[in-house]
Amino acid sequence: MQGLDFSVVSSYLDIIWVGVWWTATITVSASLVSVLGGILLAVAVLHGPSALRYPMRLFSWIFMGTPLLLQLYLIYFGLVQIGIDIPALAAGIIGLGLHFAVYNADILRAGITAVDMGQTEGARTLGFSRLQTLRYVIVPQALLNTAPPIGGNLIALLKESAIVSVIGVTELVHSAQLAISETYRPFEFYVIAAVLYYVLNLALEGILKVIETRVEATR
Amino acid sequence: MDFGLMARIFPFFLEAALVTIELSLLSLALGLTVAAVITMFRLSRLRTLRAIGTLYVSLMRGTPCLIQLFILYFGGPQIGINLSPFAAGAIGLGMNIGAYMAEAMRGAILAVDRGQTEAARVLGFSRFETMRIVVLPQAAKLMIRPLGVNAVALVKGTALVSTISVVDLTYTAQRFIGSTYKPFEIFAVAAILYMAMIYALSKVVDFLDRRYAAA
Amino acid sequence: MNAASKFAGANDRPMVQVIDAHKSFGAFEILKGINLSVNKGQIVAIIGPSGSGKSTLLRSINHLEALNKGEVWVDGIQVNRPLTGHAFEQHINSVRQRMGMVFQHFNLFPHMTVGENVTVGPIKLRKMPAARARDLAMELLGKVGLQDKYDAYPSRLSGGQKQRVAIARALAMEPSVMLFDEATSALDPELVDEVNLVMKQLASEHMTMIIVTHEMRFASEVADRVLFMDGGIVVEEGPPSEIFSNPRMDRTRTFLKKHLAG
Ligand SMILES: Nc1ncnc2c1ncn2[C@@H]1O[C@H](COP(=O)(O)OP(=O)(O)OP(=O)(O)O)[C@@H](O)[C@H]1O
Ligand SMILES: [Mg+2]
Repeated sequence: MQGLDFSVVSSYLDIIWVGVWWTATITVSASLVSVLGGILLAVAVLHGPSALRYPMRLFSWIFMGTPLLLQLYLIYFGLVQIGIDIPALAAGIIGLGLHFAVYNADILRAGITAVDMGQTEGARTLGFSRLQTLRYVIVPQALLNTAPPIGGNLIALLKESAIVSVIGVTELVHSAQLAISETYRPFEFYVIAAVLYYVLNLALEGILKVIETRVEATR
Repeated sequence: MDFGLMARIFPFFLEAALVTIELSLLSLALGLTVAAVITMFRLSRLRTLRAIGTLYVSLMRGTPCLIQLFILYFGGPQIGINLSPFAAGAIGLGMNIGAYMAEAMRGAILAVDRGQTEAARVLGFSRFETMRIVVLPQAAKLMIRPLGVNAVALVKGTALVSTISVVDLTYTAQRFIGSTYKPFEIFAVAAILYMAMIYALSKVVDFLDRRYAAA
Repeated sequence: MNAASKFAGANDRPMVQVIDAHKSFGAFEILKGINLSVNKGQIVAIIGPSGSGKSTLLRSINHLEALNKGEVWVDGIQVNRPLTGHAFEQHINSVRQRMGMVFQHFNLFPHMTVGENVTVGPIKLRKMPAARARDLAMELLGKVGLQDKYDAYPSRLSGGQKQRVAIARALAMEPSVMLFDEATSALDPELVDEVNLVMKQLASEHMTMIIVTHEMRFASEVADRVLFMDGGIVVEEGPPSEIFSNPRMDRTRTFLKKHLAG
């Protein structure tokens, strides 16, 4: 037992800060992938050609039934063996983003179905095409109506982003590991990392609350 | 797809799957226990207990499970906690999922109509008796599904222990992906086993839900 | 619209023409051979008992329902042209831009402000610059008395106000014909007049209109011609004075007795 000494952290603040920055960046990028991907998946499953629907369902089913960590291994260590070499950062963002896209798609599919038929008719009689109707009328409403559960997924995404450290992406966990490899003080640095995740989590919850209040204003 | 390879490696994966199952069951049991205790804390009349319960849930849900495992396994020795990878995995996962399950339990208890409590109190039941005889039996039915969702997440979450060198399904898959150059075959074998576990689990939840919640 | 009024009734080709329209839902034939012809600037009211096929007819004109047989022509173009796939999609989107449709339940877009509801069509479909679309929307909202609601969300409006916005939204596409399907029947009685007033104003500007309504008094005031539908056919049609005071058919008489009394 070597006793705790949090003062060592102070000389590694810049490394930690870089980690926080990348965790935030990865979270925002993967969130975008997850929401846009979720919209595409949901629309494809509901309105796409039937040749597309079954592969999409299978894809969702596999993504929902297996651990994110395993999916990241496949994308990063696996694809390179068949000649698809994705850099770790991109693999992390894509893996994280696709994983949550599947969950978002599930929510959005219900959200799209729940939009009143009258909305489609209203848009179609103005002369909007099917795609325009989805884009300007249906999907925006589905997004607004599903903002709370999708926000919940984004909060989960922030925490799961820690997992991309295992494929060597530089982010908060990885920064902590760098500092630990020099100081041999895992407890201190992992606790600091945990505190920072907690703060990031609070910040994200704050942002989502603001968005939800905005959404409420249209009701 | 190299089915021959898949058949050859299957026994190794089956063995690893047993580790995953064992780990899931242990942390599920621990998680339910933690959740029950935390839920009692959070419904207590003592402010301190309520605060502890709330803080626990907030901390565990506000930070990544991976970091919690690392603090326990790698940081533990610094504060006198020396655990095997498997024990650290089971305890870390259980304590983490316990916070989520506590949230599910509280949600179910709060969902029981307030009129039920009032009716019982008017009859002269104590707070404790009201909870035990009237509220909990109703809440128990409401929590089966949400707890089931948590349990499924837990099974997938066990993959994290591969990072503290527990030889589970994901660890094994990673090893084989690195050595066979057949990533999709390896992934498929692991995926089939994970999905089989989750399927079985969801059948159990369906059964419990039908048996106790319906009616 | 001024040009329209100058030539009102002078065109040889009707603005809207429905020829032998048949429509079935499953085994039920809802439209059993409807013929309808509406000249430019003319206002036709369609009345009839519930389930007689009024909405189905109106929706067929906009191709919200596809006819099993028959033709619909609007402004010289066949609406239900025998095209398929992408070609039909393009065709229908462009003909629909010539028709404004107003629904019983408004169907305003709740995620857009009033202003956005009115400008979205001109901007996205007619490629109008945003500033011009805004001016147009302001003008139209002024016309329906709702200029001050430009930035409000539909949820903040009364039913009557919503319906007036819906009318402005349809007018923003500068349609050659307006279709109204019971525009006031979802409204509280005290809000009906404000919407009727807007429709009367459109009538005075010689907008071509087809109005499905349950309000006999309004129909008699605004329509040039009244159609009485029952059981999927046009039982009787003529000027309102004739239909309301001197109907020839028994079915018309029975229907009117019930509806004029109440
Ligand atoms: N999409 C549909 N599928 C099946 N039946 C339908 C459909 N739309 C309408 N119908 C049926 O067609 C008949 C005529 O309906 P329609 O809405 O045209 O009547 P309406 O004259 O407008 O009646 P109301 O005055 O009640 O609005 C009704 O019996 C209705 O149930
Ligand atoms: Mg109708």
